[in-house]
Amino acid sequence: MSPGSLPRYIVQRLLLIVPMIWVILTLVFLVLRVAPGDPVTAAVGDRLSAEALAERRAALGLDRPLLQQYLEYLGNVARLDFGQTISDNIPIIDIVRDNGGATLTLALAGLLFALLVGVPLGAVAGRRRDSISDVVIRLFGVITYAAPVFFVGLLAKLFFSVQLGWFPTSDIATPITKFQVETRTRILLLDAALGGDTDAVIDILHHLVLPAVTLGLLLCGVFIRLVRVNMLQSLKADYVEAARARGITERRVTSAYAFRNALVPFVTVLGLQIALLLAGAVLTESTFNWPGLGTRLIDYITARDYIAVQGIVTLFAVVVVLISLLVDVVNALIDPRIRY
Amino acid sequence: MASIATTPTGAKPRRRSGLGRRLLSPVTRTTGVARWILVAGLLLTLVFVVAAVFAPWLAPYDFAQKRLADGQAFPKMTAPGGDHLLGTNDQFFDVLSRVVWGSRTAVEVVVLSIAASLVIGVPLGLVSGYLGGWLDRVLLLVMDALFAFPSLLLAIVFAFLLRDVLGGTVLADVLGVGVTSAALSLTVIYIPQYYRVVRNTTVSAREATYVEAARAIGASRWTVMRSYLFPNVVSSVPVIGTLNAADAIGTLAALGFLGLGIQPQEAAEWGYDLNRALDDTSAGIWWTGLFPGLAIVLLVTALTLVGEGLNETVNPTLRRRKLVAVVLPPRDEKVRS
Repeated sequence: MSPGSLPRYIVQRLLLIVPMIWVILTLVFLVLRVAPGDPVTAAVGDRLSAEALAERRAALGLDRPLLQQYLEYLGNVARLDFGQTISDNIPIIDIVRDNGGATLTLALAGLLFALLVGVPLGAVAGRRRDSISDVVIRLFGVITYAAPVFFVGLLAKLFFSVQLGWFPTSDIATPITKFQVETRTRILLLDAALGGDTDAVIDILHHLVLPAVTLGLLLCGVFIRLVRVNMLQSLKADYVEAARARGITERRVTSAYAFRNALVPFVTVLGLQIALLLAGAVLTESTFNWPGLGTRLIDYITARDYIAVQGIVTLFAVVVVLISLLVDVVNALIDPRIRY
Repeated sequence: MASIATTPTGAKPRRRSGLGRRLLSPVTRTTGVARWILVAGLLLTLVFVVAAVFAPWLAPYDFAQKRLADGQAFPKMTAPGGDHLLGTNDQFFDVLSRVVWGSRTAVEVVVLSIAASLVIGVPLGLVSGYLGGWLDRVLLLVMDALFAFPSLLLAIVFAFLLRDVLGGTVLADVLGVGVTSAALSLTVIYIPQYYRVVRNTTVSAREATYVEAARAIGASRWTVMRSYLFPNVVSSVPVIGTLNAADAIGTLAALGFLGLGIQPQEAAEWGYDLNRALDDTSAGIWWTGLFPGLAIVLLVTALTLVGEGLNETVNPTLRRRKLVAVVLPPRDEKVRS
């Protein structure tokens, strides 16, 4: 493989992922184990007798040396075994299976909204630098980014649910829908669609609108800013000048030349926004009682369940790292300039 | 010529001291929208800093006060107006007082967290970039992993733990356990950013002629780093600092909203108040959530505007400097005809 070739770049990028995930696993392990007290006492100390606690500590291997625990933990994670929660004895992997679908639905819907609204607004602001529309769009972008998702969610609930009564205040669907939809993929919206249940699909979409727009607005601000800056830079480029000199209309110059080139760096940075999207999803879920992984994470934090927190947090982090890798590889496929 | 063109006629050009001029240079060197953005951001930030410093005099009541001095209890969830300009919440607290005191908490946490991440991140970046070798590689790997980690989750994990660890330490006694643990959880998020910027600038500055010259006259590693590299690699730190401050306000509120931040008796915190207000929405009560939320939006917007304004002056690819208009002498039409 010659230097700068595509397969070489992908292999390099893949190899980098191993130490990255290892460091993350080690950090989370150390941070949660160095903490005073042990996980069992923290989670169920007030409910069980001293003997029962000691028994559970032994069962979890917490009485063994830290190094041994660490190696076992790495071995388990390699087999995708993230352990069991202490407070209610559920395997972490089951929590992810049962709640991951709701988080995925919310995150994708939010991302879609942000792309449909943020990218065009950013392009318009970039093309008309310093005009009224630029100032208004930038201010909109700054404010939507500045407003915490839970505040936007609170206002949305107050106005659209309580005042106008247009949308439900919380949850992913009405109890009847949840009961009736047959479980196939464990993604409720997909299951309802596969079952051909139109009423259920409409009910879920109805519940999805406010959370998705709330989460989408957060990303919208970031997208406007990124697209605008890239648009400004690509409008200064020589190829834009050349296109204008050839007499190509201004409309075509901005849409076909400047805008398309502005999207390349945008897609690159899109990978970095996955972390923001997930963090936003955790907060949106808490605001709307959306039954996803974020809500579960907060439940286990309140229960002081270290193993559950460790498992869910590690999983989130690994997903973020993997997605940013994927974005990098896709980018290298699209744009040859990235593989140096 | 330039001074004539930019000074309004009749006004004497004021002389500012060296430091004053340097501090104001981002404002004086920009024009148009960028300048307005910067000035608006600075003014708005100033409002919150004033509220933070003078909170005891500006707020009508204490942040955890439930009754008047004569023992008469505050009404619960009363609408804005009368004795309580912004109403009271479900814990009998006065909303206006909580909003004003909240700015003190926000400023304390932001200043502490940014200062701590500067003190740790900048020297680490300098040493790592200048010395290189295995230390550089290990630090780079750890910092990259921290950077890739979703920042809110990182803050959640640390806030979850630090409350237990910090009890009884000096810092916690002075500022309170909640404020200290929140600030230090935020510190962990921002260290990698300063580290990366400083390290990368150091790596490219290491081979510069002035560093070589310093080494040639026998300067020690420590002297090179402190007197030669440091002043040259910190130029981008203010922009990152302001943007981090904006981010810190949001993350602090998020921690409070999730119940991991500061307890209501310890200090007023906007995120915590918003969490309580969420339950009030179904009854149509809007004032308990609207005002703390607006405070967050305004302060984050202000800091973002300052950061954007600074960025447009510091980043040469975006900068637009003042240009002195070129005035051509009027053409003499008679000569031509």
